[in-house]
Amino acid sequence: MTEKRTSENHQYKLVRCRINGAERETMVDVRASLTDMLRNDYSLTSVKKGCEVGECGACNVLIDGECFNSCIYLAVWADGKDILTLEGLMGPDGKLSDIQQAFIDEAAVQCGFCTPGVIMSAVEILENAEKTGREYTRGELRKLLSGHLCRCTGYENILNAVEKTMKKRLAKKAGK
Amino acid sequence: MYDIKALYEAQSVADAIRLLREHPRAQIIAGGSDVLVQIREGKRAGVELVSIFSLDELRGVNLEEDGTLRIGSLTSFSHITKDPLIQKYINVLGEAVDQVGGPQIRNIGTIGGNTCNGVTSADSASTLFAWDAVIELTGPEGVRKIPIKDFYIRAGKVDLHPSEIQTGILIRRESYEGYAGHYIKYAMRNAMDIATLGCSINVKLSDDKKKFVDIRIAYGVAGPVPMRAVHAEAYGKGLPVSGETIRKIGDTVSEDIMPRDSWRASRAFREHISKVLCQRALTEAVRRAGGTVPDDLSGEMGGAAL
Repeated sequence: MTEKRTSENHQYKLVRCRINGAERETMVDVRASLTDMLRNDYSLTSVKKGCEVGECGACNVLIDGECFNSCIYLAVWADGKDILTLEGLMGPDGKLSDIQQAFIDEAAVQCGFCTPGVIMSAVEILENAEKTGREYTRGELRKLLSGHLCRCTGYENILNAVEKTMKKRLAKKAGK
Repeated sequence: MYDIKALYEAQSVADAIRLLREHPRAQIIAGGSDVLVQIREGKRAGVELVSIFSLDELRGVNLEEDGTLRIGSLTSFSHITKDPLIQKYINVLGEAVDQVGGPQIRNIGTIGGNTCNGVTSADSASTLFAWDAVIELTGPEGVRKIPIKDFYIRAGKVDLHPSEIQTGILIRRESYEGYAGHYIKYAMRNAMDIATLGCSINVKLSDDKKKFVDIRIAYGVAGPVPMRAVHAEAYGKGLPVSGETIRKIGDTVSEDIMPRDSWRASRAFREHISKVLCQRALTEAVRRAGGTVPDDLSGEMGGAAL
């Protein structure tokens, strides 16, 4: 059964998708946002509830390789999609990814609430840079990261972390 | 949880039309970056929605046999900007929609949603007006195509009949061939802001690049709906390309525009920047069309960049 209504007349739908590399499925209330589903059904609490109107970027996740604010994305739309959250960046041995480590090294984290969302944008930026071999300027990185609000005002360190990781990855790619 | 009474997911364009006929009170949701935010604000409480989000047939840009560029209505802003056909023929549209919201909004926001909202500040709308875009609508009676200027009826109201959905935006070959354009968005912030005023201009120059053969000047937020500055366009046609004519064309737009006072900016300020943005966008459009503009003007206006 892919659709049902409960006694309170709430409408549910089966959502099958890949989350952080694993095939998952669950019945979802059609009124739920993707943030609701990832947090409540899959306990992926890196996906933060910030503004909930698509302005702050704290709930940002990758869907089929592109960044989306999951708060303004209906959970039912995730059916058939490939979703990546911050939890999916960690290696099997618990090792942090290069961009996560860079955020620590550059002190790009203060309260940490915006951090998972910003890092997921950085993941998309870094993958595009690697794919095209293009080194983004500081100005371009600012624009690419402009969908995030950090109320601790740590933007400089965030930019430093993303820029350094981009340069490292491009140098590594060029070295091969 | 969103305050949604029921959600109907369309599987095809025909299915969407059927669902809209079955549920006449239902509203259409495409990318949702406006609709879901409005529901969150308490508007549209208990709404019924017909979701067209999964209709991939409405995504992408194609060049039709007669040279018409066809943009599927669900194509996201970021995909329009990255599209090779857009970059080749009407790059200014890609640049305009690259100024909407922020990166995540540009991944979910659709050009169809941007125009169906009927909002004057939509970053895609003024540029589509400037390119004489044609709106393709599909409904129970079939397909109809109307010029974008007729699609906008009044603020927040477009000519979308019951059970009809917008399926594409068309730019005809004669609208883009030989033209080059530029869009300037004036806003308080560079990201996540709505235009105080937007000006999109494209020009066609004579073979020797010395004369304006055609000029199209379009605005957002210079009136209740996006508009063309028809007097200024008519005035500029046939004039030589010079700093003086560009300045005069800019001065003429005051005959066309009717901006208002709002909390974002005063009417007087909008009238002023309407002229300045026209002159700057026109200067850059001329440069892109292969013409040259005397240094005195570009120097005086601090270059074309804003």
